[in-house]
Amino acid sequence: MTSPTTAPTASGTDAGSVLEIRDLHVTVGEGDDAKEILRGVDLTVRGGETHAIMGPNGSGKSTLAYSIAGHPKYTITGGTVTLDGEDVLAMTVDERARAGLFLAMQYPVEVPGVSVSNFLRTAATAVTGQAPKLRTWVKDVRTEMEALEMDSAFAERNVNEGFSGGEKKRHEILQMRLLKPKVAILDETDSGLDVDALRVVSEGVNRAKADSPVGVLLITHYTRILRYIKPDFVHVFVAGRVVEEGGPELAEKLENEGYAAYVKDSNEQAKLEASQG
Amino acid sequence: MSAQNTGTDDQTTLTTDTAALAGELFAPGVGAQAGPPTTPAPGTGTAGDTPPGAHSHGGPAPTGSPAERFTSTDPDAFPRPTGREEEWRFTPLRRLRTLLDGAPSTTRLQWDTDLPEGVELTSVPAGDPLLQGLPEPVDRLAALTRRYSDGADVLRIAKEAVLDRPVSLRLSGTGSEDVVWGQLVVEVGQFAQATVVLDHAGLARYSGGVAFLLGDGAQLTVVSVQEWAPGTVHGGQYDAVVGRDATLKQVVVTLGGDLVRLVSNVQYAGPGGQADLYGVYFADESQHQEHRLWVDHATPHCRSYVVYKGALQGEKAHTVWIGDVRIRPAAIGTDTYELNRNLVLTDGARADSVPNLEIETGEIVGAGHASATGRFDDEQLFYLCSRGIDAETARRLVVRGFFADVVQHIGIPALQDRLMATIEARLGALPDLEEQPVEVV
Ligand SMILES: Nc1ncnc2c1ncn2[C@@H]1O[C@H](COP(=O)(O)OP(=O)(O)OP(=O)(O)O)[C@@H](O)[C@H]1O
Ligand SMILES: [Mg+2]
Repeated sequence: MTSPTTAPTASGTDAGSVLEIRDLHVTVGEGDDAKEILRGVDLTVRGGETHAIMGPNGSGKSTLAYSIAGHPKYTITGGTVTLDGEDVLAMTVDERARAGLFLAMQYPVEVPGVSVSNFLRTAATAVTGQAPKLRTWVKDVRTEMEALEMDSAFAERNVNEGFSGGEKKRHEILQMRLLKPKVAILDETDSGLDVDALRVVSEGVNRAKADSPVGVLLITHYTRILRYIKPDFVHVFVAGRVVEEGGPELAEKLENEGYAAYVKDSNEQAKLEASQG
Repeated sequence: MSAQNTGTDDQTTLTTDTAALAGELFAPGVGAQAGPPTTPAPGTGTAGDTPPGAHSHGGPAPTGSPAERFTSTDPDAFPRPTGREEEWRFTPLRRLRTLLDGAPSTTRLQWDTDLPEGVELTSVPAGDPLLQGLPEPVDRLAALTRRYSDGADVLRIAKEAVLDRPVSLRLSGTGSEDVVWGQLVVEVGQFAQATVVLDHAGLARYSGGVAFLLGDGAQLTVVSVQEWAPGTVHGGQYDAVVGRDATLKQVVVTLGGDLVRLVSNVQYAGPGGQADLYGVYFADESQHQEHRLWVDHATPHCRSYVVYKGALQGEKAHTVWIGDVRIRPAAIGTDTYELNRNLVLTDGARADSVPNLEIETGEIVGAGHASATGRFDDEQLFYLCSRGIDAETARRLVVRGFFADVVQHIGIPALQDRLMATIEARLGALPDLEEQPVEVV
């Protein structure tokens, strides 16, 4: 294993961190099938800030999230991603997590035969660099599960196996709470949640924000989660790049007017680029 | 639908067929011949006026339906296997010759038993009516075994007995050159609840038949562990006859030995029966592990659920899984599902997986199968790594989980721990696990 020399541990930071994404280009597929999904993303997320990313289906929001986390399906063809100046793109998937990045996935993966408790403890050990003390660990897990209104029986179940959509999302936020990242990317954590679950999950994120200056990149289609988790910035994401930025009021505008205007602009620009190229 | 793999496929493919299309698959009347015996009848007779499917050379004429299974107690009724036969085509016959050419012998495995109250261990001589009522051998080796075992050991679990601990039969090979022939009959009385562990170890050339006869409402968990020493050759036929509303859970764990070939057959003696057949196997360099299942639904409203998972590592590690499920015309209300997953950990290993579902009535609750052979599930690895877990630990967790998923069905913590420890030790020996990059293909 490569040792994470470039990856300081996530714990023990007081000052906020900075995640900087510069002109990020990403493709999926190989060879002739390669398709550019991200077409020059620029974004800076500072510790303590909450950024909402809103955009139509297929615009590349999950691609951005996965590319930052290091999913090997995506090929970075240009640009940089740094966390506190460290080159994130040079790190392995696990090093990125240990450096303080966290991705709450849109579709969390089932891992048969691996219990939640074993998984959480292994992850916490990896991220903090030492096995957590059993007594405090058990208490921490229990407290957070209660806060997220998760039955303690989940600890003995297999990771995400047979979990409902809402249970999977709570489990993602449970991990965020226990792993204490510097920057958390929440990919549609609100989808598929009923009103109660949305509140419970949002409160989990807000507790994380209160505990430490975590930077939050919140990918969503709806403003309803933004009533619980207040964004400082809203970015409109269309066809693989950020096309507009603003404050919380932008979210309201998007909810009322949709993305039609941005999509049209983006199409025209794509045509222009094609004719130039 | 069949899925086979040469071990070079590094993509995880999942094929699932939910076959509710029986009406389209089989014309009315086709395949409507007599089923297997629904009760183990005395002599060679069966329920109904025809012998069980192609029971002897004079059996019923072929009907054009999916192949009937030939059964006989006479070894010479089966041709000598050449390797071209369907049931032998995956087996390295050269390595099985010791058994197929084996002479009669009186050598036995060493038995160490733990028998809770409510259990009796006895024996019956050859020719006993109990033996004549058993499901018949399906291949030459099984027929030789029935003949040469010369009687049978009988484990009786009293009617309505609820055992306070598992029955443990530790069967050890003594290293003898002689072939050991064995026949065991496990009779579970009505409404009894029992767990029986057959724990195989040591060095042997062993061919053993085991019949499980479940009375109405009985609940039996059978665990068969093959932790043989290297060099062992083990052939076996397991037959279960599941009574009305009875439940069989069978967990087969094959880890050791040179060649292990187990044939597990299930039939139902009345409606409401359930059979859960679980298996795990782990083949290292040059090990051959073959598990053949045949679930014969000839009775209404029975269920079967089959999950076999295996991992392979090293040159010439070879596993074979054949899952035959047949739903005969009478078996309305059947619910069946079978799954085989193979994890190919290194190059040079080969996993064959052939699920086979034959449905002769449209009036079923469900029927499906899935077979997948491949490398690690990269999405699982990514998920774990994205939580800071290094790739090597993530792989161990995934493989461990892959096995634990089945092993946990045994329900005996001490045995589960022992088996998982063995598996983990075997994984530890994996040479290039560290070097494999986490790659999504
Ligand atoms: N393996 C692949 N091959 C080809 N195209 C792909 C592949 N994976 C993803 N894509 C495409 O990339 C585009 C972006 O997908 P992505 O999941 O990032 O969108 P999204 O913005 O998260 O959408 P949603 O709001 O529906 O979650 C889509 O058009 C998708 O079809
Ligand atoms: Mg998405």
